[in-house]
Amino acid sequence: MKRKVDEFMERHGLGVGDLVRVVKREGDERITFEGLVMPPYELSPGETLTIKLDNGYNIGILIDAIEGIEILEKAKEAPKMEFREVLPRKEGLPSVTILGTGGTIASRIDYKTGAVHAAFTAEELAKAVPEIFDIANITPKLLFNIMSEDMKPEYWKKIAHEAAKALNSDEDGVVIAHGTDTMGYTAAALSFMLRNLTKPVVLVGSQRSSDRPSSDAAMNLICATRMAVSDAAEVMVVMHGETSDTYCLAHRGTKVRKMHTSRRDTFRSINDVPIAKVWPDGKIEYLRDDYRKRGEGEVEVDDKFEEKVAILKIYPGVTSELLEFLVDRGYKGIVIEGTGLGHTPNDMIPAIERAVENGVAVCMTSQCLYGRVNLNVYSTGRRLLKAGVIPCEDMLPETAYVKLGWVLGHTDDLKEVRRMMLTNYAGEITPYTRFDTFLR
Amino acid sequence: MTDKFNYEELGLKVGLEIHRQLDTKKLFSPVPSELSDEVDFTFERRLRPTMSELGEIDPAALEEFKKGRKYIYEGNYRLTDLVYMDEEPPRGPDREALEVALQIGYLLNAKPVDEVHFMRKIVIDGSNVSGFQRTAIVAVNGKVDTPWGSVGIPTVCLEEDACRIVERKEKEVIYRIDRLGIPLVEISTTPDIHHPEQAKVVAKYIGDALRATRKVKRGLGTIRQDLNVSIRGGARVEIKGVQELDMIPLIIEREVERQLNLLRIRDELKRRGVKPEDIKEEFYDVTEIFQNTGSKIIARAIKSGGKVLAVKLPKFRGLIGKEIQPGRRLGTEMADRAKKYVRGIFHIDELPNYGITELEVNAVIEKLGLGEEDAFVLVAAEEETAKNALREVIKRAREAIEGVPEETRRALPDGNTQYMRPLPGKARMYPETDIPSIFLPPEEKERIRANLPELPQERVERYVKEYKIDRSLAETLVNDERDELFEELVEKGVKPSLAASILVVVLKGLKKEVPVENITDGHIMEAFQLYLEGKIAKEAFEEIFKELALHPEKTAKQVAEEKGLTLLSEEEVEKIIDEVIQQNIEVIKAKGMGAMGMIMGRAMAKLRGRADGKLVSSLVRKKIQEIAG
Repeated sequence: MKRKVDEFMERHGLGVGDLVRVVKREGDERITFEGLVMPPYELSPGETLTIKLDNGYNIGILIDAIEGIEILEKAKEAPKMEFREVLPRKEGLPSVTILGTGGTIASRIDYKTGAVHAAFTAEELAKAVPEIFDIANITPKLLFNIMSEDMKPEYWKKIAHEAAKALNSDEDGVVIAHGTDTMGYTAAALSFMLRNLTKPVVLVGSQRSSDRPSSDAAMNLICATRMAVSDAAEVMVVMHGETSDTYCLAHRGTKVRKMHTSRRDTFRSINDVPIAKVWPDGKIEYLRDDYRKRGEGEVEVDDKFEEKVAILKIYPGVTSELLEFLVDRGYKGIVIEGTGLGHTPNDMIPAIERAVENGVAVCMTSQCLYGRVNLNVYSTGRRLLKAGVIPCEDMLPETAYVKLGWVLGHTDDLKEVRRMMLTNYAGEITPYTRFDTFLR
Repeated sequence: MTDKFNYEELGLKVGLEIHRQLDTKKLFSPVPSELSDEVDFTFERRLRPTMSELGEIDPAALEEFKKGRKYIYEGNYRLTDLVYMDEEPPRGPDREALEVALQIGYLLNAKPVDEVHFMRKIVIDGSNVSGFQRTAIVAVNGKVDTPWGSVGIPTVCLEEDACRIVERKEKEVIYRIDRLGIPLVEISTTPDIHHPEQAKVVAKYIGDALRATRKVKRGLGTIRQDLNVSIRGGARVEIKGVQELDMIPLIIEREVERQLNLLRIRDELKRRGVKPEDIKEEFYDVTEIFQNTGSKIIARAIKSGGKVLAVKLPKFRGLIGKEIQPGRRLGTEMADRAKKYVRGIFHIDELPNYGITELEVNAVIEKLGLGEEDAFVLVAAEEETAKNALREVIKRAREAIEGVPEETRRALPDGNTQYMRPLPGKARMYPETDIPSIFLPPEEKERIRANLPELPQERVERYVKEYKIDRSLAETLVNDERDELFEELVEKGVKPSLAASILVVVLKGLKKEVPVENITDGHIMEAFQLYLEGKIAKEAFEEIFKELALHPEKTAKQVAEEKGLTLLSEEEVEKIIDEVIQQNIEVIKAKGMGAMGMIMGRAMAKLRGRADGKLVSSLVRKKIQEIAG
């Protein structure tokens, strides 16, 4: 149904930004307001007309109480802004391509209408975060503009190809600007899809939008660019290391997870130590020495991916129905997020057995996130093993999901699937569990 | 009282801006609105200037950012949360705070808006962790009627308070985050106030409306009154931090005086024919002259490797030393500006003095080649610092040629004002998209309007009628904001006249001796509780409050016990009276009941605060009668 405000604006020919004079009835009084017409708030009931007063404040005026409205001046067309796509190169600096996938790492606010415009041309970036242009010659490229929650495997492939293309055409590193919700999944996907990686691929995002002075976007981008010209030829997530604007952490793409809905230091390495601490001024402190070093050679893309893979969470009261549904629907792989060391209720085991008999790969991870699954300790675990479940060591459930899709893209032979799932391709499995990797 | 100035002729214009904290939960998440000096954690942030719609960043702001100014926030786990750390989107706003703000709007004859939209007002001095203050207009078009005419209240806003500043260092500022998010109501008036006393009347009226809600915070720092003052030909000067209502007229009078004197100085400078560009940014190194100076400040500066630099202020002789407010000169204003860099400056009009000799002054005059009307200003410090300080002096001197500079000034306790910073530019605002707009349906507004709290004047009338207490007591209770406590005490069963006299007379009396602001409502309630339980006499209140003011960490009970103010049992009282009687037995035998007054006096000296006076007097009477037969 059309809201009152939409109908009112249409009837009076009001456009956003028009300067109007509104006379409102308030009991026996008449109040006159002058201001700019603002777009109505998306979720408001639509009973009011929003105008911006000269003092900068917005207020809503009850449409039913408006006695007269007069347009004093139609909104002027906003001046078309032309920004250069590419800036002149600076000699002696490395080159970094920044791939945009959605969201905003830099934005401009129209203080008149409150509209926030994403800024992604080189020139806009140079204005918003000039520091990165002192680190490298930057080539920004907008791949697509989607919300991170709308990310899909097909987009992972596209990003992988674009990243490889840039790296193989002499760029020194790639930065991928990405929404934070599913950044961990994309990082894992790129970790498996980019083979023979010889240069850094860095995912970066922000938890506070770039229109605010306190945004974490600029510092994250600066640190990401630092890592993109570093020595670490890994797929990494670079985000705030703590709530303070002090340093960022570079996490390995297969071991990183968004652990908080809103904090800036939401990304944490799980069951592993981050690759490095990086400061905006360029200092990098490597926290380990087993990272892949920058090298020579073509980066290859291996993007074969089976999309019929699902994650199934175990909880008290869960029945076999969900699992059976997935098998019936032709799913090729299921990652179970089991309880504790990697368990399901005992009465689910026959269904798992049938799934495996039907050629479905069933993998076990833990909803504890921290720690390693072990199916030998309790009889339930031993029965699950016997049923054909593949225990995924200390892999994150999300990483196991991405990996299983990638593995199933290569083979549907369950023996081969098992071998590949238990082979460490991109640091997704650590050989032993370090004491210092829990809750930090 | 006759006015010092003819304000109408001078074209005086005053506008008020009043901020007051609300006593509710914080505005954007239900954290208690309390302050604490307990620091559990700190974190550090930087604030980046944002891009405008044209894709521009103010280059000066960006330069400043690159210099690396840091903000350190001190937090307390209980009194802040992720919202105020800018680590979680805002919730709310607190419905109670919104409702109180709407009540205030109605009490000020304003009309609530139909939909409330919170805005982000960009503030990048670090006082708001997010880099903006959230603020919304809740009511418009109010007014206050005064004998001088009506004064408009264009807006009533509801906003979040900022962090408290702890320390400002060169490259970092330390803030305490607990105050951030406490709801503030901001009321601004039109500049239609034309007399200093009128400003006080308006401020009082607004203050009364705020207090009527009984949901505003009390005490130091919970209310901030700013004045915007100008006279014709002068300039708008914003005066911040006026604490006391009674100071408002004086501060305005002093500002008028200041602007008039600055205009006189301007006229004289014009007459002498000097232009702003005549003041050159030329620094003369006069360190040599002061090699053996008697001025300790200069000697110390030179010893630690500094220099003595001077600038020439052509045609300023005699004007730098001219008084513009009692005890403050144009030179003081120059020194205030230079304060950012140095502790003080020396100018020719005050010399020789402070250990600087006439010989030295003459040497400077000679070195700078000053004419008879020309002046100099000296600064002794490290060379760059000294230059920066003198640049501020030059800037202020140039402004003196133009007249009154627009600026923000700080109110001083004596009614004078001091330079704080330039006037803020127009605020950059955009919608706070994380908070949905709040529609106020007509029936909701009507409900609030129909249930408005009583105004303080109405309350005074009610106290006089209902509780039969003296009007002046009732007024003081209400004006000193002891009325809520008073009603609570009466509710508990304390006689209204006793509650009123203790809250007004006793506490006021103690004000001269001890810091009564340390006495909390909790202390007072507890003491009255003891009284109601018959554990103390009403004479004990004074002594107890006196001690509590000095030791607020104690409880009333503790103090009563320590000071021996708990009531004695009847036998104990009788025993003490017997002692007094025995000591004075001869007098009683001689005078009989004629000794009553004296015995009563001696007994009370021992028993005051420890026994009810009536009991003592009846016992004394009985005993004397027994002896006298």
